[in-house]
Amino acid sequence: MTLPTLLAKFLELIFGVTLMPLALLKYAFSNRYPGQPAFGKPKALKSRYDVIIIGGGGHGAAIAWYLAKHHGIRDVAILEKGYLGGGNTARNTAVIRSNYLTEEGVNFYRESVDLFGNLSNELSYNIMLENRGQLTLAHSDAAMRSLRWRAEVNQHLNVRSEMLDRQAIRELVPNLAMSEDARFPILGGLWHADGATGRHDAVAWGYARGACEQGVELHQLTEVVGLKVKNGRIAAVETNRGTIECGVAVQAVAGTCSVVADMAGIKLPIHSYPLQAMVTQPYKPLLNPMVSSPHVHVYIQQTSRGEFVIGGGSDPYALYNTRSTLEMKESLSAAILELFPFLGQARLLRQWAGVTDMTPDYSPIMGLSPVENYYLDAGWGTWGFKATPICGKTMAELIATGKTPPLIKPFELERFYRFEQVNEAGATAASH
Amino acid sequence: MKILNCPLNGPRNISEFTYGGELHEMPDPDSSGAREWAEYVFFDENKAGVVTEWWCHTATSFWFLAERNTVTDEVMRTFLASERFSEANRIEPSA
Repeated sequence: MTLPTLLAKFLELIFGVTLMPLALLKYAFSNRYPGQPAFGKPKALKSRYDVIIIGGGGHGAAIAWYLAKHHGIRDVAILEKGYLGGGNTARNTAVIRSNYLTEEGVNFYRESVDLFGNLSNELSYNIMLENRGQLTLAHSDAAMRSLRWRAEVNQHLNVRSEMLDRQAIRELVPNLAMSEDARFPILGGLWHADGATGRHDAVAWGYARGACEQGVELHQLTEVVGLKVKNGRIAAVETNRGTIECGVAVQAVAGTCSVVADMAGIKLPIHSYPLQAMVTQPYKPLLNPMVSSPHVHVYIQQTSRGEFVIGGGSDPYALYNTRSTLEMKESLSAAILELFPFLGQARLLRQWAGVTDMTPDYSPIMGLSPVENYYLDAGWGTWGFKATPICGKTMAELIATGKTPPLIKPFELERFYRFEQVNEAGATAASH
Repeated sequence: MKILNCPLNGPRNISEFTYGGELHEMPDPDSSGAREWAEYVFFDENKAGVVTEWWCHTATSFWFLAERNTVTDEVMRTFLASERFSEANRIEPSA
């Protein structure tokens, strides 16, 4: 027994209480820490894997986990150029919702929200899911019509979504500026009770830990630099740590979709734009639901730490760079003060940007590619985090069976050649 | 504040401009099929590096071309569209 432990025991005997700081302090003097590392030491790369997943974010980790868990495919390597969940998984604003506008979109995201609901139990890893609901505001008659349309589509497809009047909004979000004299008075809103938030990092960590426990290998600091295509098939993946052969390769990257696909000779209907977000200093809990206003181009939520996360639309032009601009900070700040004037006192704690891969129809590109054994999980623009579980599940099914699941069939790359886009006007970027 | 040099109006704040996307080579309408048109309309190189793209000075509705590095956000040069589109490229309306 170490000295601090003895001291703690002694104090416990005398005062009859357990002194938490001392109980913790004993670990500072000990080599043994109660936490178990979730990942083993990095292994050498094998010369071949059945499945290679390019990109170790939430999506890549989820694909690996469902491959191992549902399909028994465990000879899988996740190749990540940085660290696990360090890309757009860490940069998104962690909104989980399914109140989209197209039937294809609503069905897809509804299943994702359902999977999120039980994810902490399934992974035995706390993703800190909070079912707080999401409120989308309308400041014009046209916006009211579009929200009513969304409510009807959502209800028809069993998603909880309903119109709220001004009084109901006032009761739901007492701090919201509801003045009729405002520049853009709030006329009503769309209330989505299924809306939730969670810890985005934990989703990637939980899936990756679960996958690695079943034999999947996670290789961080392993960047894919080339793809060898022979006779219309991926023969090998070239990395900064050597060349690896594979049965199947999946592209699950964000921010560099076009660059990676180009290595396989595939051209995509994607343009990459930065999206900037920011966080204020922490406050006491005073905003429960997530609030979004397509009209003033801003959305906000208070994290469980008390900080306000504020995001909006993408940058006005394409860029592969996560620099921040004063213009976007100004426009986000101006917009949020329209809704929550008390934030005029708040100081910004952090600001950042992520590169979003925008498709012309605001829907993802999933499934088969022109290269036979190369699968796409791309074009996740501003809707990637909320799709993590369902994306992992359906992509794993596609890899295991070779058949595209009906849920993601509408999102295949070929839709652009058939002029069958899935026009997702319910996407945040589309409405902002 | 980022400044873009408009070939018509000179250097102006970039917020006065509208981004118009990549310059695409138009396929020959007489000989190309639906797939080529789909690629022309929807698909992009989306290159990380120097690209040629359309910009419009919103206040004067003046369209021009720019060479810009999409990684560093440096504008190499801006120039008149006539540099790339001569009379010979113009499609004659069918009689």
